[in-house]
Amino acid sequence: MNKWVSITFVLLSTAFLLFSWNIYRDEAVYEKKPADYDAEMQKQGRLVWQKYNCHVCHQLYGLGGFLGPDLTNVSEKGYHYVDAFLKNGAASMPAFNLTEEETNQLFEFLKASNASGSSNPKEYRKLWNGMIEQ
Amino acid sequence: MIKSYKNIGNLFLITALVLFLASVIFGFLASLLYRYPEFLKDSIGLSGLRPMHVTAAIFWILLAATGAIYRSLDEITKQNNHKYLKLLHWILWVIALIGIYYAYFTGNFGGREYWEYPPVFALLIGLAWVLFLVVFILKVRAIKKWPVYLWMWFTGILYFLFIFIENYLWVIPYFRESFIKDMVIQWKAAGSIVGAYNMLVYGTAFYVMERISKQANTGFNKWAFALFFLSFFNMLFNWGHHLYLVPTNPTIHYVGYIVSMTEWVFFIKIIYTWKKQVTEAETYLHYFPYRFILASNFWLFFNLTLALFMSIPVINLYMHGTHFITAHAMGTTIGINTMILLAAVFYFLLPEEENHHSQWLKAGFWGTQISLLIFLIALMGMGITKSLWFFEEPQAPFGEMMERSRVWIVLFIASGTVLMGSFVILISKITATYYKRS
Repeated sequence: MNKWVSITFVLLSTAFLLFSWNIYRDEAVYEKKPADYDAEMQKQGRLVWQKYNCHVCHQLYGLGGFLGPDLTNVSEKGYHYVDAFLKNGAASMPAFNLTEEETNQLFEFLKASNASGSSNPKEYRKLWNGMIEQ
Repeated sequence: MIKSYKNIGNLFLITALVLFLASVIFGFLASLLYRYPEFLKDSIGLSGLRPMHVTAAIFWILLAATGAIYRSLDEITKQNNHKYLKLLHWILWVIALIGIYYAYFTGNFGGREYWEYPPVFALLIGLAWVLFLVVFILKVRAIKKWPVYLWMWFTGILYFLFIFIENYLWVIPYFRESFIKDMVIQWKAAGSIVGAYNMLVYGTAFYVMERISKQANTGFNKWAFALFFLSFFNMLFNWGHHLYLVPTNPTIHYVGYIVSMTEWVFFIKIIYTWKKQVTEAETYLHYFPYRFILASNFWLFFNLTLALFMSIPVINLYMHGTHFITAHAMGTTIGINTMILLAAVFYFLLPEEENHHSQWLKAGFWGTQISLLIFLIALMGMGITKSLWFFEEPQAPFGEMMERSRVWIVLFIASGTVLMGSFVILISKITATYYKRS
């Protein structure tokens, strides 16, 4: 049995590695809206999002913490809306002391998130096979 | 803790219990924020408490599984060797833990969900994991025919290392260029890594059950291998359900959807073997390792039912982004992993049956089971409230939706308090008895 177990293990592992490689090398652009963000700044903005642990309370596409709202499309409300919350906080959200550069980078990241699509469940179509799509 | 140094497996188990205690305390404090938003708002806040809670919970699982595997390997090979390598392994974990919690208390984050510490500490954990793999191979290299739990441990250790590295691809700017690709890799790793450490935990459950029932051949049973490969297959490819709402390559969605439907086999198997387990329970119920594994089977059934519904995209649409996800995560972490690991802790630290005749232990056991059920119901209640809010027209403000969940939040905090108290009873009773007898 050991031989068959080893062969199956290697086959599944190979399939996984090929699937993973395909994902790493995927260059397709998945954007549903016009991309109006700065590509370099959004990369840095992702790090600002992590530095201040935004995901602990907020979500992107429903993934994250549930104490605050989903922020996938919050950039549609404008820079000043986001900036006001960062500076003043809200119910359980403290005020964050981001530098102006950090706020700009974070906003570009949120613009990139918004360009990718909508996280609103009402905007998904249900297909005959049980799948959903925007 | 120092008394355990002669057996590094025990040292890992005791360290894991300390982390488990920390996890329930941080979790309790974090839950208060749902009702009292001003609590610790301007000091630690949820941005500090949640990483403290989650890190302690994940590391409890990893360290307890490591301790149980080291103890099992010593029993299988009848040798307690490679002590210095194991000790070095433990020291690396302790240094990483001190650094990570120092970073958390000083507000220094920078990582991603579930791994919020600065990425430099990942190097220590990665190195510790390489040592784990080395010790494992050194221990089992002379065994020609591997029972299923050795395969599960090997798979869990090897793939944890691979996925842990994948989890840090974001430090390379190339992987952050596309927002969607970055999200996909993040949640691919987050999904698979759970499968990897589940392999360590389920392998431990298999080993402990085999020893309790004294049926030495169950580790070579064809059904056991079939279920191992099904779990392995799911670990590798069943992470796409996290991403149903993320607009990426549809292949990822369909692979996740199709593979997750194979979990129905587990579901049917549990029902099929239920009667046999009830008969076994009459023989072994007084023995806590068995009792906790039996409890984990109940929670497996509960969580699998939830997971199967969540894996169907049209149903997932109503559950995603709500507390159903938290219920599932808590249900698997507490109900399945923690129950199995507590079984292992009892089996390895307090194997004598005379140590199991305690009213405190019984109270702790039943306290955890009942409060966990109420805790999960409360989370699902919060989930239903949020799901209804998602689809209402016009949609009320977020704060109003939270206010509608008030009853469920109070129930969540109250049951969480009993859950914490029950775990504290169990942990203190186990450690006190362990040190008394040694």
